[in-house]
Parts: sequence; C-alpha cells; structure tokens
Amino acid sequence: MLVLSRKINQSIMIGDDIELTVISIEGDQIKLGINAPRSVEIHRKEIFLAIQEENQKAASGSVDLLKQLMGSFSKSEEGK
Amino acid sequence: MKIETKYLGEVEINDEKIIEFESGIPSFLDEKKFILLPFDETTPFYILQSVTTSQLGFVVVSPFQFFPDYQAKLSDATVAALQIEKEEDVALFLMLTVQEPFTLTTANLQGPVAVNSNKQKGKQIALNDPNYGTKHLLMPQTVTKEG
Repeated sequence: MLVLSRKINQSIMIGDDIELTVISIEGDQIKLGINAPRSVEIHRKEIFLAIQEENQKAASGSVDLLKQLMGSFSKSEEGK
Repeated sequence: MKIETKYLGEVEINDEKIIEFESGIPSFLDEKKFILLPFDETTPFYILQSVTTSQLGFVVVSPFQFFPDYQAKLSDATVAALQIEKEEDVALFLMLTVQEPFTLTTANLQGPVAVNSNKQKGKQIALNDPNYGTKHLLMPQTVTKEG
C-alpha cells in the first residue's frame, strides 16, 4: 500500500481526475473531500463489505427450506 | 434454451430475457448473466437465477409490497452503466436472506438490484442512505403469537 502524509487542506490526486482532500481532523475522525467524475462510484467500504457478506448469505439458502416456507407463505396470504 | 436452476429445476428460458450484469454481483463478480423467474403464481417472489451456475440463485422481491416508502436514488454511475433513459424502465428488486421460520427472513434494502428492463441490464447498487441496512425483516407485521 502506498502511504502518503498529508496535512489539512492538502490533497492527493488519483489519476487525472480524482482528488482526495483532507478537510478536517477531529480526534480519530478525519473528513475527506472527494472530487471525482460522476461516473465513479464512491462508497464507504463497510457498506460494500456488508453487501458482499449478505449476498453470500442470501445465496446459501436451501431449496427445501424455501419450498417449505413458500408453502406457508401462500397459506398465510390465503388466510388474510 | 434450457437451464438448470437452483430452485425451479430445469427451465426453458428465452435468451432475450437474459439480464446482463456487466460487473457481476458483489461476492460473485464472475457471474454476469442472470434471469428473473417468478417463483410461482401465488407468491410475490422471484428467483434471480444465474444462467451459468445452476447452484446460484437469489430469492428477490419487489420492494414496494413490503416496504411501501422505499426509495433508491440511482447514482449517475448507475444510470450510465445500465443505459437508463427513462425512469419507468427501471425495476428494483430486494434480495432476501431466507430464514426459518419465514418471519425471520430479511431483505437487503441497502443493496437493491436495479434492472433496466428495456436494455436487459442489471446491477446491484449500494445505497449510502443510513436508514437502509442489509437485514430488514421482510414481514415484521406478521410476527404473531404462534408458538
């Protein structure tokens, strides 16, 4: 990993068109400003990790369980 | 063509209905072709089935029946990736993590799947809305005194 030291209001450029600026530092929290083309997706990493993890869980459902549960769902809908 | 599916056995599919996920799905980045199949006629659930991997299928549902206020703002990057021209072309689906009992089944509101039904392109998007997480009970209102 490339490690660079920056002070408040200093930036780094990633490629030609992505700029990361240190906006403020308060305790252990750092605010970063990001200038990037609108086509670049920017997310907090934990959101991305949470979605990855949930996708794995969602994909691991068993066929038997689902069929059984869908059966009970249809019945409970009919009962409404 | 015929494909083997995780939940529905062998299914005849129309090639034109294949949805292309150009960047895959997080955790399944090599999976780029899916098809949406209704689970059956009596439930609102669909299977988002990989065309290439029979064992990969997600249970998905349209958000609005279960989460009427659900809103997903599509980023410019998503609009571009899915070649969206009109809002009406976009269908949203939530992936479910099916649990037993079914009342514990959760929906991923943070990572909905957006499909441009006009171009047959799909993408799982990540929302930055702090109100939406990956595990919302699908049917909190149906938790009853059972048992």
